[in-house]
Amino acid sequence: MTANTDETFDESHVIENDSAVIDSDAAADSQDFITNQINKIHDEYQQRKAEGKPEETQPRIDFAPYRSSVLRHPTKDLHHADPETIELWSPAFGHRDVHALEADLTIQHNGEPLGERIVVRGKVLDGAGRPVRNQLVEIWQANAAGRYIHKRDQHPAPIDPNFTGVGRCLTGDDGSYEFTTIKPAPYPWKNHHNAWRPAHIHFSLFGTDFTQRMITQMYFPGDPLFSLDPIYQSITDQKARDRLVATYDHNVTSHEWATGYTWDIVLSGSNRTWMEDEDAE
Amino acid sequence: MTQNSTKLVATPGQTIGPFYGYALPYEKDSQLVHRAHAGSIRLHGVVYDGQGTPIPDALLEIWQADETGVISRETGSLVRDDHTFTGFGRVAVDNEGHYTFTTVNPGATQEGKAPFISLVVFARGLLNKLHTRIYLPEDTDALAKDPLLSSLPEERRKTLIATREANGDLYFDIRLQGENETVFLSYPGA
Repeated sequence: MTANTDETFDESHVIENDSAVIDSDAAADSQDFITNQINKIHDEYQQRKAEGKPEETQPRIDFAPYRSSVLRHPTKDLHHADPETIELWSPAFGHRDVHALEADLTIQHNGEPLGERIVVRGKVLDGAGRPVRNQLVEIWQANAAGRYIHKRDQHPAPIDPNFTGVGRCLTGDDGSYEFTTIKPAPYPWKNHHNAWRPAHIHFSLFGTDFTQRMITQMYFPGDPLFSLDPIYQSITDQKARDRLVATYDHNVTSHEWATGYTWDIVLSGSNRTWMEDEDAE
Repeated sequence: MTQNSTKLVATPGQTIGPFYGYALPYEKDSQLVHRAHAGSIRLHGVVYDGQGTPIPDALLEIWQADETGVISRETGSLVRDDHTFTGFGRVAVDNEGHYTFTTVNPGATQEGKAPFISLVVFARGLLNKLHTRIYLPEDTDALAKDPLLSSLPEERRKTLIATREANGDLYFDIRLQGENETVFLSYPGA
């Protein structure tokens, strides 16, 4: 049976050169080929930055080493809009929506999940450094063997019957969030031959303005797969890439229980007119 | 109003990937109102890639005012009671790239302003979120005066205006790339 994992789903097209899209098996490209492609884009970025072009802080959406991006990115520039009315607000979430226990991914089944128990803690801030209060944070991740609970993840690693890998919480008044979970493992995917994703936790975030909506991935420090991964490397600037890497924090680690990581998340700026009482810390 | 003293750089986004299925969709996620609600409409369409092929693993979210133009501050989007209008909806497209929301026509938030629904798009292969607007087609005067629409050439402008179907439903396709590529938006402070 052909493994139906991740990028095989509808992956019938790859870029062979800069202009032509042809039918091919994406997984035929070697890691060296992909790495060279990544390095070429990064070198060009460094050169342009040295010439005074602005520092990039977000991923490129047009990033050919990530094969699936080729036909799924707009080719026209994003059009500038001044946010209006509904865009200056976000949906409100509350305790009707999220139970406090949903922040612990290790207690959702009858038994204890396998793997390294961890706590991930941090703050959600807006571009002005204001805490994003009482707002929804959602996470999902692979288990300690690198397997997702998903019909399209069929790679030969065990499912853990005690781990779904899904959690939610609301931020506190200081923008803080905290999850207890299991450290996810890297897993293989079909972008190219012998492609492996660095271990990561997916995060979904809301701000005070809907324009701040964000989905991203948190990584773990020192992952040897970083330089090989076209999704992580779609962020061309090292400083920006570092913003996705959590910090091991022994003060978050708890005695004979769990190791701890901290990771703060900064959303884009709010465009709403803030009043003193809303702004007060 | 206060001055923003600190200016932090935003954390980068990353693709939603393919495995959000147990995390993000939830019961009645796409039903902003119950189908039996007076004035309920279907908002639907297809998400396409650069070759015109439907994308089967996109996730869409909408956020909108109610029929009278009021922006809801109610909680309860994740646990719907079928009565409270929260203004937020989420939907994973089906295997043919098709999505359906059950909602109401948003009212104008100010007299003479063109009503629109705010839409955000996520997909495997899409390395960052994309924002756009779904305008209602009826108030042509308001559409003509709209600052965003009037800053766009005619052929691009029409990608942001939904089609009204005979039964009152709204139809809106999303084209990530290629011919009739949807206009996607950036905002100050991004």
